[in-house]
Parts: sequence; C-alpha cells; structure tokens
Amino acid sequence: MSIELRNVAKQFGAVIAVRGVSFSIGHGELVALLGPSGGGKTTVLRMIAGLEMPSSGDIFIQNQRVNDVSVRHRNIGFVFQSYALFKTMTVFKNIAFGLKIKKWAKSDIDFRVAELMNLLELNGLEKRYPHQLSGGQRQRVAIARALASKPSVLLLDEPFGAVDAKIRQELREWLVRLHHDLNVTTLFVTHDQEEAMEVADRIVIIAKGTLEQIGTPREVYEQPSNEYVARFIGVMNVLEANVTSGIARVGEMEFPTSSALDGPARIGFRPYDVQVSTDLACYRYRAVIKHTFFLGIMLRLELEMNSGLVIRTRMTKEEYSQLGLDDGKEVSLQIRKYRVLASQSGPLSSEVAYTYQMPPTIAEGI
Amino acid sequence: MAGLTTRPLRGDTAKSQRGSEETPFIKWLLICIALGFVGVFLVLPLINVFYQAFHNGIGFYFESLREPDTLSAIQLTLVITLIAVPMNAFFGMAAAWAVAKFEFRGKALLITLIDLPFAVSPVVAGLVFVVWFGRQGFLGNWLDAHDIHIIFALPGMLLATTFVTVPFVARELIPLMQANGTDQEQAALTLGANGWQTFWYVTLPSSKWGLIYGIILCNARAMGEFGAVSVVSGAIAGQTETIPLRVDKLFHSATSAAGVASFAVASLLALLALLTLVIKSYLEWRTERAYALAQRSESNSA
Repeated sequence: MSIELRNVAKQFGAVIAVRGVSFSIGHGELVALLGPSGGGKTTVLRMIAGLEMPSSGDIFIQNQRVNDVSVRHRNIGFVFQSYALFKTMTVFKNIAFGLKIKKWAKSDIDFRVAELMNLLELNGLEKRYPHQLSGGQRQRVAIARALASKPSVLLLDEPFGAVDAKIRQELREWLVRLHHDLNVTTLFVTHDQEEAMEVADRIVIIAKGTLEQIGTPREVYEQPSNEYVARFIGVMNVLEANVTSGIARVGEMEFPTSSALDGPARIGFRPYDVQVSTDLACYRYRAVIKHTFFLGIMLRLELEMNSGLVIRTRMTKEEYSQLGLDDGKEVSLQIRKYRVLASQSGPLSSEVAYTYQMPPTIAEGI
Repeated sequence: MAGLTTRPLRGDTAKSQRGSEETPFIKWLLICIALGFVGVFLVLPLINVFYQAFHNGIGFYFESLREPDTLSAIQLTLVITLIAVPMNAFFGMAAAWAVAKFEFRGKALLITLIDLPFAVSPVVAGLVFVVWFGRQGFLGNWLDAHDIHIIFALPGMLLATTFVTVPFVARELIPLMQANGTDQEQAALTLGANGWQTFWYVTLPSSKWGLIYGIILCNARAMGEFGAVSVVSGAIAGQTETIPLRVDKLFHSATSAAGVASFAVASLLALLALLTLVIKSYLEWRTERAYALAQRSESNSA
C-alpha cells in the first residue's frame, strides 16, 4: 500500500474535523478525496502530508508508520490550493528548491529541472517570477516543484480550484496524462464531483468528517452506499413520499417498495431514468414541460405534473428534437429506475427497475 | 491581475468634475497652508542649522567636530546604535513572526505592548530605568554591592535607547508578514527545508524590504534619541554624552563659539535625517512593491 489510514481522527479544540477515517491507496493509483467544503477532506490530506497531526489513529506511507515522521522527511510532494510559490524566486529556483535543500549536485539539479520544465511545458519560463505567470502556469510550476525530488506520493489540495473553467478542463486532462506518464501515487482533494468522476481511478467520499464511501466512479454512481452519496454524486430527483401497504405515494405517482413498513420515505431517481414521450398514452403519468435549460450538449427539462410535483430530467439535444419537445408541451412519462432512500447514513436498498404496462384497452388490436 | 484592471486611470480622476470638488481658491489655500507649515517648521530650521553651523567658516566647523568631547560623543552614539539596532531588529523579527504566523492568546496585548514606547514620553521611560537601577532604586543596593553601573553609564543608555526604538522594526514587519501568510513556509517544509532554511530562504527574502525600512527608521531614532537617554546618562562630557546631549550642552554654554559648535554637531544629526529620508523614500517604494506582490499573488490564488 502506498498510503494507508487507520482510524484517523482530528479535533481542532471542540470541533471534530475528521472522525475515525480508514482507507488505503495502492501504488500508482490516482484517487480523489471528494466532499463538500468544510467536510474534513483537506484536513485528511494535510495529515497525510504531516502538516497536521492526527488526534488519534495511524498513518502509513509506503507501509511505514509516519505519525512521528516530520513533514520534511515524509518524502511527499504537496501542491497547495494557493500554489504557495516562492515569490522572491524565479521559476527555475522554485522547482530547484527542494533539490538544493537535499544537496543534489548542481548538474543533477539542472538536469532534473530541465526535465520537469519539459514535461510540464514550462520551457522558456525559467527566469520568470511567479507574479509574471498565468494561473495555469503557476499551477504547473507548483506541480513541478512538488515532483522535483521524486516523492513517493503526490498530494494536491483543490488543484483546479483557482483557475477558470476552460483552463480547468485542460488541467484535468493534463493531470490524468501526467499521472499516466509518471505513475506516481496521487491523491487530490476536490469538492467537484464531476471533476472527481472524470479524473480519478477511485473516489473517497468524505462528509462531515466521516468516510461515506470508497469506490470507482462507476461504483459510487451506480451503487451509492447511502442517501448522502446518492445525492452528492451526480444529480438526483428526491421526492418525499408516504408508504402505505407496500406502495410509496407522492402526488399521483406510485412506487412499489419492498418495505412493509408504513410511514414517510424518500424516493430518489436520476434525471436520466425519466422516460418521456409525446404520445400521451405511452406512459402512465402526464406532465407539462415547464422550462428547458440549455447545458451545452445536454438539456435539462423541468416537468410539472398535474399535482404540481416538479421532476427534473436530462436528455441530449438530438433526443429533444427527435421527440419534438418544447416548453409548454404536454408529455407522458415514467420512471425507469428508482431507489427508496433510507435515513441519511443507513445503507441503501438496491435500485428497483420498473416498467409500467398500459392496461389493455377495448380498442386494442383494432 | 484584477487589481490592475479595476484601478481607475489617473487621467480620469484628475479631470473629473464632481459636485463635491472644492473651488480653486479653497484648493490653493489648503495647499499654501500645508506648504507654509512645512516651510516654517521644517525647512527653515533645517537650513538655519547649516547656516549657523558654517557661521564661523568651514575651518571652524571641522575644528569643532574634532574636539575630543565631541568625538567621544560621536563614538558613544555609534556604539549605542550598533548594539540597540541589531537587538531591536532581532526582537522585531521574532515578534512579527510570532504575530503573523501563529495564533495564540494575548496576541492583541503583545501588539499593543510593542506600540507602548510610542505612547510613553521618553522622559518617563528614562525615569523608569532610574527607579529600577538608580542608586536609590529597587536594585540600587545590590548593583552597588556588586560594582555594576547601569545608570550614568553605557548599559543604562543602551536600555533607554532600546526601549524607545522597540516598535520600529516590528511595526514594519507585522503587516508585511501577515500579507505574506504561511503558505510559502509550509511549502518549504514539504520540500524538506528545516526551520532555519525556511526562514533564511523564504521568510527573510519576502520581508526583506520591510525589515530594512524598519532598521533605517530605528537607526535614525536611536542616534537622535534625547529624552530617555538624557535622564539615565548624567551627561558626563567625554564619557556618557551622545551627539544629541552634546548639542544640548554646547548650546547652553555661555560662549558664542560653543553655540556655533553646537550647530556644527547638530548638522551631523540633520545630515543623518536627510539621508534617512532619501533611503526611506526608496525603501517605501520597494516595500509597496513587496505588498503589491504579496496581495497580487493572494488575490490570484483566492
């Protein structure tokens, strides 16, 4: 294991930032620490780096317990959210700093820095100062500096937080490529689930200081371990329903449940699992398209049902025009798959696939 | 970068015809008052110092500077400054570091206490040391018994000078270090630097200009301090007289030659003041740039 946490907790005064978190990261993995702001994920990262001391629990790097090893001897590369470049030093000196401290020979330093400048496409910027660089360049200098002395793990705190949307996309692809080339174990913190899904091999979801789930992007999306993860990863319609004799009802909608317990329950389903047709007889429920939002390649539709219930769905532009949809148009719909969401932290029951068959009508077959 | 684009162009503000703008008469009246005040209270006396100093000719000017008691005063002032300024540079850096990089209880109190010497009259500061170390003071008997001389001797003058000049370096460094934050230091740690390397390669260079600026001001005040030093020194000619004390003594002696000599010695202090002003303006420009850099990198990364 490259990084391992065993029951690690951190308390700042009366505030508990991290509660008994355990997970491990294999050699060469690219892992995202995902969670809402203030959820403790940066604290976890800083504890791995040694910038914070855990209140309890053990941290291992390369199978060696590092609780009592200081930051400077942990052999980690850390990229700060603010990049924290040395303002009084040029790009070259920034990257060479760690090597100079570790007393590398000058020729080795020159070679290594040139290699990194090349890898990170920073050629020609050697003599620039940080304030003369663009946001993306600064971030690459920060990564080059962190990688210079060949750390065993690379830790990045919100690496894409400080740059604008367009550069962010480039940097994501670029981080994946860099990781592929170097194969250094990489752990990065993000609050953006889309970013985590796109970049990481595996995602560690942390909220309110607690580990919610670990898994591949597909696993956390398709098999969320609890309602929190289900709602945090991707988008989800959540309806407050009432269960009576095995059927959860909300407005005119009915969801058969396996639970025999009566009472309130939440029903969740992804926007993609809403099937829409202009043939009003095609599906069971009726709704009016209240508003269409343009999201680029995808469209988001707000459907209002007769009872006033609002459901959100997504579809591609092609699908939209093929179906001949438009604002104000009446459609029929059904929910293809849904979940009964249990309490916030409890385990989730598996998804229910559901297809409504139209009852045979007298006119059928004519 | 945002700061650059949002800053209004200078030409615009100069040409603006806002309703709140004063009439030309008021504008010129205010400018004349300000210039007149500076002229009468600062420039004229300064010119007068040099005029009086050279009243008996250049020969007499250098003659009066070469007098043994005056030379000894210059020497003593340099010795005191050479000890007091590095001490306060060190203390100022330690205090600024503590205030800017750590959170601790009593931080506000520490900042207030650093400013105390600006609020207390130097004479009172001097008297405090006399009350402690003087012959009739709390420690007077013990010091006497061990033959340690503080009051009316170099140690007392050093204490007084150091006390009076405490705030200069710390006050310059605290805001600059706070603007710089602790990110760069943490980055240095993750790159394997120890505390000393972090300080030497990262903290010191980024607060260099603030530090030099503080030292220059501290130096000027240390050389020119009169009140506190006069209380503890006893002004024994050739032994415990600094330049300001020497000026005072010459000025108050009966002969007119001594009066001219006092201005000759005073002109040294005036020259020091002018030199300080020049260096200060240059450093102000440099520190402003350091601030701008600190803030620019802040705002870009926020």
